[in-house]
Amino acid sequence: MPLSDTSYSVVSARKLGLTFETGDGPVHALSDVDLEVRRGDFVSFIGPSGCGKTTFLRVIADLETATAGDITVNGMTPEDARKSRSYGYVFQAPALYPWRTIEKNIALPLEIMNYTAAERKERIERTLDLVNLAGFGKKYPWQLSGGMQQRASIARALAFDADLLLMDEPFGALDEIVRDHLNEQLLKLWARTQKTICFVTHSIPEAVYLSTKIVVMSPRPGRVTDVIESTLPKERPLEIRESPEFLAIAHRVREGLRAGHSYEE
Amino acid sequence: MSIFTRAWQSWLALALALAALATFPLGISDIPVPYVPARMFSVYVLAIGGAITSLLPLPGLFLAAVLLVCSHFSTGLLLSRLTGNEGSGSVAFFLVLAANWLLAWRCVSLLSAIRTRSSTFDALLRLIIPAIFGAWILILWEALTRGLGIPFIILPPPSAIGARLMTSVPTLWADVQQTVFKAVVFGYVVGCASGFAVAILADRVAFFRHGLLPIANLMSALPIIGVAPIMVMWFGFDWQSKAAVVIVMTFFPMLVNTIAGLSAAGSMERDLMRSYASDYWQTLMKLRLPAAMPFIFNALKINSTLALIGAIVAEFFGTPIVGMGFRISTEIGRMNVDMVWAEIAVAALVGSVFYGLVALGERATTFWHPSNRGG
Repeated sequence: MPLSDTSYSVVSARKLGLTFETGDGPVHALSDVDLEVRRGDFVSFIGPSGCGKTTFLRVIADLETATAGDITVNGMTPEDARKSRSYGYVFQAPALYPWRTIEKNIALPLEIMNYTAAERKERIERTLDLVNLAGFGKKYPWQLSGGMQQRASIARALAFDADLLLMDEPFGALDEIVRDHLNEQLLKLWARTQKTICFVTHSIPEAVYLSTKIVVMSPRPGRVTDVIESTLPKERPLEIRESPEFLAIAHRVREGLRAGHSYEE
Repeated sequence: MSIFTRAWQSWLALALALAALATFPLGISDIPVPYVPARMFSVYVLAIGGAITSLLPLPGLFLAAVLLVCSHFSTGLLLSRLTGNEGSGSVAFFLVLAANWLLAWRCVSLLSAIRTRSSTFDALLRLIIPAIFGAWILILWEALTRGLGIPFIILPPPSAIGARLMTSVPTLWADVQQTVFKAVVFGYVVGCASGFAVAILADRVAFFRHGLLPIANLMSALPIIGVAPIMVMWFGFDWQSKAAVVIVMTFFPMLVNTIAGLSAAGSMERDLMRSYASDYWQTLMKLRLPAAMPFIFNALKINSTLALIGAIVAEFFGTPIVGMGFRISTEIGRMNVDMVWAEIAVAALVGSVFYGLVALGERATTFWHPSNRGG
């Protein structure tokens, strides 16, 4: 991808707010969120539960609708972006359909988007390869481990041509060792596919290890307290997490989280 | 010690058989067709021999085979002298019967304990064990009705029902054709299909959802006994009116289950479809209907029995002179109870086959559901 393209804004939010009307009165899930995500960015959203990080991701995906401010996705409204199938979404759980084999699950978006059979086959093979699941295509989801299922769901999100990948705590339910491994693989995958990734997490090391940009959020009302541009190199072995640079960024994230918290009390 | 506790059926059977031997004759004195000594002797030898053998420390499979042969041969000899001797069962008769029953029980528990790796043998075992169970229900029924001389009208012995079944095959077959192949099949297919179609319609159109469901609820509360004569008035005496009753009966379970099934898909799975900008029909076909399949098959299974009941009961309110319900209602009037029972047996058989076919379809379609995965 040409360098000039990196300035292109994939997600652009201005004064974005979202209020849920509940029986106990309005809940301000998001307020005054300003954010730019440029092409090729790996942006992590971190914050305590209820800070609106998942809600923000869902607004980008047009699974929720903002009640204030403006947001564009690929220069369009989120609804138009969804309808032109411009993102892949990876949920907290794999959400694979148990009546379909892994390859049929990956074929699901391709069937809906009317890809030809030959194209489906080619893409299934390629994406299974990308997530290191080659040879497991004929298995049913319930025959695989949790980590493998989540990789299959990432493969499903990668199968069609969307430049934007939205990931909502995809590894939250997995143990530390599997998570480290998948983080490493995700970075490689990001480098190979050159997608733009928005990644929700509540793990500081995960956020710092993966991101080019870390968005620290705080709750009630959900808002952005700090945006940190990572100074880490693009090539990141797992050992980088011991480096002083890494620890400095992690420290700043922690400070940001604490600031958001004391504000509440 | 374990031999005393584990093989208690054998010990008890031995005690009962010996007690029977003490009172000796198997029928009360001066019965019309007496037991010949050789037959009586064989009954005792088989029962006592089987009980003693089963106490020996031999392989389970061998013991089970011995018990299977001994107890059932002994019982067979015991029962075969009952015809013509109704009401002649003595104390010894029932003691030996009880002993043989206990031996068969021991045989089944031995068979259940066998662990095998061969799948054909395993399948055979799974067939034999319930077969022995079923056989003993019939044996006890036969022995009690004949041995105690229970009046034929109250409860005919299974042998008489079986004989009646064999001699009436053409009549029964005609009844099955009329009731099952015409009324039940047509009513079931149309009832289930329309329940399904209306469920989709109610899901798609809010107007139907709010207007139609309360009416459908009301319809489900209609007593079938009240509906059947009206259907006969509308659609005539032949099978069409019975099919109409079956449609009324099967429509509602399918409607309710399909509607429940359509909301079974999780919110995350739906969000996934939304993120693909999938339209209503794509989401329906690829997500919501597959997720609804366990519910739909529930309705199909419930309806398979409901349809048969509905068609048979509806025939009580006027039919041409053929049909299972017609046969039951006329033969009971003529005191031909064995024919009524034969018809009931056929209905049970047809119902089981019907249910089994639906269950097979379910296994093939919802293999992925947690309740079906393991096996």
